[in-house]
Amino acid sequence: MSDGPGEDPGEDRGEAGGGIAAFRAEVADWLAAHVPARPLPSVDTAEGFARHRDWERELAAARLAVVSWPERYGGRDASLLEWLVFEEEYHAAAAPVRVGQNGLFLLAPTLFAHGTDDQRDRLLPPMARADEVWAQAWSEPDAGSDMAAIRSSAARTDGGWLLSGAKTWSSRAAYADRAFGLFRTDPDAERHRGLTYLLFDLRADGVTVRPIPQLDGEPGFAEIFLDGVFVPDADVVGAPGEGWRIAMSTASHERGLSLRSPGRFTAAAARLVGLWRRAADPADTALADRVVDAWIGARAYRLHTLATVGRLAAGGAIGASASLGKVFWSELDLDLQETALDLLGPQAEVRDREEPDGRWLHDYLFSLAGPIYAGTNEIQRNVIAQRLLGLPR
Amino acid sequence: MTAAPVTPPGQAAGPPPAGLPPMPVRSAEQDQFAASLHDMLGTSAAAAPGGPGAGGGLAAARRWADGDHEPGLALWRSLADLGVTGLAVPARWGGLGASAMDLVVACEEAGHHALPGPVAESLAAVPALLTALGDDRLCHQWLPGLAEGEVIATLAAPPGLPYALDADVAGLVLLAGPDAVRAAAAGTRHPSVDPARWLFEVTAGPALAEGPAVAAAFARAFDLGALATAAQLLGTGRALLEASVTHAGQRTQFGRPIGAFQAVQHHLADVAIALEFARPLLYAAALTLADGGPDGGPDGGPDSGPDRGPDGGLDAARDISAAKVACADAAHRAARTALQVHGAIGYTREHDLSLWLTKVRALIPAWGTQAEHRARVMAALTRDEESAWN
Repeated sequence: MSDGPGEDPGEDRGEAGGGIAAFRAEVADWLAAHVPARPLPSVDTAEGFARHRDWERELAAARLAVVSWPERYGGRDASLLEWLVFEEEYHAAAAPVRVGQNGLFLLAPTLFAHGTDDQRDRLLPPMARADEVWAQAWSEPDAGSDMAAIRSSAARTDGGWLLSGAKTWSSRAAYADRAFGLFRTDPDAERHRGLTYLLFDLRADGVTVRPIPQLDGEPGFAEIFLDGVFVPDADVVGAPGEGWRIAMSTASHERGLSLRSPGRFTAAAARLVGLWRRAADPADTALADRVVDAWIGARAYRLHTLATVGRLAAGGAIGASASLGKVFWSELDLDLQETALDLLGPQAEVRDREEPDGRWLHDYLFSLAGPIYAGTNEIQRNVIAQRLLGLPR
Repeated sequence: MTAAPVTPPGQAAGPPPAGLPPMPVRSAEQDQFAASLHDMLGTSAAAAPGGPGAGGGLAAARRWADGDHEPGLALWRSLADLGVTGLAVPARWGGLGASAMDLVVACEEAGHHALPGPVAESLAAVPALLTALGDDRLCHQWLPGLAEGEVIATLAAPPGLPYALDADVAGLVLLAGPDAVRAAAAGTRHPSVDPARWLFEVTAGPALAEGPAVAAAFARAFDLGALATAAQLLGTGRALLEASVTHAGQRTQFGRPIGAFQAVQHHLADVAIALEFARPLLYAAALTLADGGPDGGPDGGPDSGPDRGPDGGLDAARDISAAKVACADAAHRAARTALQVHGAIGYTREHDLSLWLTKVRALIPAWGTQAEHRARVMAALTRDEESAWN
């Protein structure tokens, strides 16, 4: 990866842990002073989306939006260890959900690995400031887990491509500005050949977005209909026909390090222990054991990620082992949230984000999607069995 | 053969960056040490064909079960040559005073190859107990022999450890508790679910140590025993997964290897996940212990280690218990899945699988039940706010 986020573990900088400790303190202090006291409205409402966009701009102004990116794009060249520390503090402070996460955690790593300098210069700074919020456009009505079954097409035209077809389950597309996805550019090629990675404007002529309310009633994803939507050549990532390989490298980021950092789960586990201390019947050993197991799981994920960071720093790659983590964190998240709901008893049913414990239900509904998105856990288990264990196909 | 690496305690992975746990990885030397032990204990051991150590840990476990301890004891002598029996013995008593991580590496391989004998007891708990008691006379009497491999030690510690494992091969049998440590004599033998574990009732002999100092030493021994057992469980779980993957690739039904069926693949993937995420808990526990344990210094002894922070000991107990819970759960899943994937052949005494399956069942409640270890984690988490965040 060239020109990408720094990957040294931060230990060889001659400042031992001091640099990281100072960074942790800076992040914690800034968050303590800036995180809204009351939770923002849901990111999947028009008002909430706008408020979250404002929050991202505050983060960017403090150069905390994309700490692991190079300075020229708005980052700090932070090491992966510093990124882990940032995430721990971010989640410990119960800071708002990252409205730009599709772009930050999925598209940006792809641009660092496969984009052009022009694309990075043009796309990354407005992404970091949330001036452009990105939606992902992978799935189609007939292409979910079987992503190679994609049928949406891009036809050659003067200076670019014309997109046609339908995408669905596109996270954030209801309010986002732009989207990235795979399109079939060679109709004669089989399956995963002949696909191209393209960027398009959600407000361009020929785009129709139909929001889809999720379990919580808010349109967290949408269908996207495309009818002759023009994309200039400058917005093709990598070479035409290379889309599958490029998307797979993005998918490995999504399953691996960047999408779900350990800080998210260690913070939730600590809040769960706090809830247990406040609200539990100490004699309920069955529930106590679930609290302990959730805490152990969060710690295991944190330690495992640390070891992975060490391996990456030594020149290793994530590869198929990302699938181990994806199954683990998505099931851990569900266990955490369900344990909290069982602790809350009948009060768990009440939907009120303003209540101190109202977050659990919201996070539970969110966690239900974890085993499905970013490649279902069944697909991940296939990858683990065939590519890591070497079982026959 | 690469001998034990003698990593100074607390220096295994460099100083942890601020606010992060130590990076739970083995050093290159520890990887080599593990590979050496794997070669020595494996069935392809370089031991002379037909010699006492031939056939590795699995063959020795079978002979041990039949009452012939010699092949197993030959492996223990080879381990002593590599320094394994001296890992937990301080240098001033003839050992290596190595880190807890080195001990974990050795015990993981012992589990992987179903090595018979009192592994957690003789390699970890008894040397830790004697060292932490800090009685020079006792240390002088027993630790050099333990380090050299001339003496194998075991102990009973009721109610958690009601029997002394393999007391018939032990030159030192102890009856230990938080109030006193006594010499003990082996009595009636009871069979274990693991045929290669011989359990003995013990009769209390004269007290070797009494009084308030014993409690801390016994706690230290318990932690080391639990850590060593967790490592054995992880190694055993790995062996079960490897055997299952091999079998699933070879056994054909309906015209395909059974490992090509998704139902089988997904069970084995879940085992791989459980083992993968238990391992860093185990290594982190070893590093926490090295960081703040009472005899953390290279020379051992309760006063020679780095000062423990107010939570150092607490976090070590928490982390060891978390590791034991996760390693036992992962090994249990590996065992159940392995038997299901093997089918009827795995249910036979004749198949090697039986050695690992029964060992897992025996080790899960050894050195603290799952309930006790979960309760210990909860106690640490609810004692202070900080513990839950870190």
